[in-house]
Amino acid sequence: MPFSNLASRLQETMKKLRGRGKLTEKDVEAALREVRLALLEADVNYRVVKDFTAKLRERAVGQEVMSSLSPAQQVIKIVNEELTALMGGTQSKIALASKPPTVIMMIGLQGAGKTTTSAKLAKMFASQGHRPLLVAADIYRPAAIKQLMVLGEQIKVPVFSMGEQNPVDISRAAVSHAKEHNNDIVIIDTAGRLHIDESLMGELKDIKENVSPHEILLIVDSMTGQEAVNVAESFNEALGIDGVILTKMDGDARGGAALSIKTVTGKPIKFATFSEKMDGLEVFHPDRMASRILGMGDVLSLIEKAEAAYDAEKAKALSEKMMTDSFTLEDFKEQLEQVKQMGPLDQLLGMMPGMGNMKQLKNLEVDESHLKKIEAIINSMTIAERRNPEIIGGSRRKRIAAGSGTRVQDVNRLLKQFNQTKQMMKQFAAFEKKGKKGKRMFSLFR
Amino acid sequence: MWRKIFSGKKQAEGANIELEQTAREDTLEEASAVKVGFFDRLKQGLTKTKDGFVGKVEQLVKGRKIDEALFEDLEEILIQADVGFETTMLLTDKIRQRVEEERISDGGEIQRLLKEEIVSLLTAHYKPLTLSTDRLASIMVVGVNGAGKTTTIGKLAYRFKQEKAKVLLGAGDTFRAAAIDQLQVWANRVGVDIVAHQEGSDPGAVAYDTVAAAKARKADVMILDTAGRLQTKTNLMAELGKVHRVVVRELGHELDEVLLVVDATTGQNALSQARLFKEAVPLTGIVLTKLDGTAKGGIILALANELELPVKLIGVGEQYTDLQDFDPEQFVEALFN
Ligand SMILES: Nc1nc2c(ncn2[C@@H]2O[C@H](COP(=O)(O)OP(=O)(O)O)[C@@H](O)[C@H]2O)c(=O)[nH]1
Ligand SMILES: [Mg+2]
Repeated sequence: MPFSNLASRLQETMKKLRGRGKLTEKDVEAALREVRLALLEADVNYRVVKDFTAKLRERAVGQEVMSSLSPAQQVIKIVNEELTALMGGTQSKIALASKPPTVIMMIGLQGAGKTTTSAKLAKMFASQGHRPLLVAADIYRPAAIKQLMVLGEQIKVPVFSMGEQNPVDISRAAVSHAKEHNNDIVIIDTAGRLHIDESLMGELKDIKENVSPHEILLIVDSMTGQEAVNVAESFNEALGIDGVILTKMDGDARGGAALSIKTVTGKPIKFATFSEKMDGLEVFHPDRMASRILGMGDVLSLIEKAEAAYDAEKAKALSEKMMTDSFTLEDFKEQLEQVKQMGPLDQLLGMMPGMGNMKQLKNLEVDESHLKKIEAIINSMTIAERRNPEIIGGSRRKRIAAGSGTRVQDVNRLLKQFNQTKQMMKQFAAFEKKGKKGKRMFSLFR
Repeated sequence: MWRKIFSGKKQAEGANIELEQTAREDTLEEASAVKVGFFDRLKQGLTKTKDGFVGKVEQLVKGRKIDEALFEDLEEILIQADVGFETTMLLTDKIRQRVEEERISDGGEIQRLLKEEIVSLLTAHYKPLTLSTDRLASIMVVGVNGAGKTTTIGKLAYRFKQEKAKVLLGAGDTFRAAAIDQLQVWANRVGVDIVAHQEGSDPGAVAYDTVAAAKARKADVMILDTAGRLQTKTNLMAELGKVHRVVVRELGHELDEVLLVVDATTGQNALSQARLFKEAVPLTGIVLTKLDGTAKGGIILALANELELPVKLIGVGEQYTDLQDFDPEQFVEALFN
């Protein structure tokens, strides 16, 4: 799992740093190293990574650190925003021709997924009430035509084929056929080819000249490595692509190719495919892709939730209590409730950068039903007990258990957890003081 | 005698022999491609890699003094070749160390050091394709969608056929549309037998029948195709494990080769592929395809380093002659000369 820990790595790196109110150059430099690494591991092209981190440095240095976030999270937030912006808004529309049929050409390397994606696209159009026509123009790969025919039958979309004749002739004939048969969309499945194969690239240019496609889509395997830039650039230079479809996204590829391609061609990624089934075509979401490239979708959503649900006033009060070591079971309950509003607790805790591997937290099994128990137990305590848990001896424990409908073990466990939490918070508080004289509030999301 | 295949560098002859058996007309047409000599193809296949990779190193180090900037440039080249961060660091650290120990100051020397380090990385766990000659030889081909499994099987069938072996193919990809037809075309082209069921049928049953037919027909070698699958799909990986178990049970022993086909264009995900496929079936090696493109194939260094999986074969085109044994020395040599 080399990827999942950009957040904790950032956390680790930035923990040693002092800049708190604003991101200092040193903060940013340390963070950028980790970001660079994460991007390279995601197969973003080296050059693209270099440019990107340079831009990031400019933007991040001197930025205010939001009170609900740590510096590391602030950096993540900026990185994510920049990545998302770079990959463009959701622009998955395919411009339909004012005078049908709209002709779409599917191009790409061998094995990228053109044939399957052609069929998926056709199915999408059909479900929107269009009358697509699939065109079998891959005359080279054995049984490629048959493959498209089988898929066409499956999705009930007609397939135009002329066997192994010249793909240019096939494409031209297909467009005429579409006009005669009232097909308003023509999807041409071309053969996979290397971008350096001049004669086969020439064939694509010929098809383009002959049928004037409205849309040329480059199909790219999301597992593609550093070469993605050269591939996309070559196809784009030769044909002028209008957009990209990223395939095989249901795997665990981080898909850095998306960023590389967008950067070098400037062309939008319109769709992504997530399944071998015919309905696996989805609109491309730059924001999700950004978190995926960073390998930390969960952390990002946590940051969002934290921003939304965090009650700054309460947190401040809590923070002060901790500084003065007067954190009580009542506070504990309140704190758990705040966290609860943000989603399933164990997940939340696990997602927290730097907290995932904290031993104390592993014992803190805070699932929802457990939380109810905790509430019941705390409610059964007297105010004195809540404020001063040390006085809770054996007989009090029995009473509390009986009162809350739990077992003595549950009460014991809660008290143990409370102590652990308190211990942990003391550590944070000490750390906080070192950082900036105890002024900044305690944040759960450190 | 088909035994010759296993003696190593005999392909040079093989590639110039024309197909004897022509099961289909299209075979004749393509036979012309066969005439291109093996070494031409190797060079053709590797020039791209050479231009991109070694060309760069050569330019980079010439007449330069060895400093941090040089190492940074070297790292850049390696990473751009998909070698991956970890393995890049491993290589450059080793070179740094040797520069110090051997008191090297001329930048030109870096190329030699890099070459040596790459060779040693690739030879550490190297093992060529090894098939039984005293009993039915067996190969199973696995990998993600579109990697080049079926094409590689076509190429292997051609190679074995050249060596006069009786080859039987098993159309184990019963999932992808027309995948069976695709393998059938290859079988016809090369002129070998094939066991195939209906699309959508149980791949375990195909595996079973393939072994049974191979035994009954006294085949020398059987090659089983499988459906492409992403390594993260646990149910499909379990299915693959099951197919493998069926083959082993029917053979009465482990297969000679369980080959993972990896597209050279793949980036760091190849590591995940190798790791997870290895968990599902006992991989014996890797076939690296599409090296005729511009992809540098540097991922094999990461695979060798992190997974100790040897590359056994490389694909350098779509013709049936476009398959070569991977020889680390020769590979790096071709890369550098
Ligand atoms: N250029 C090139 N193309 C290849 C090579 N090997 C396979 N292909 C192509 O890659 C595509 C996918 O191959 P296929 O064998 O169907 O992959 P599978 O899904 O793994 O069985 C086809 O278009 C093949 O012709 C190779 O070494 N070089
Ligand atoms: Mg196949």
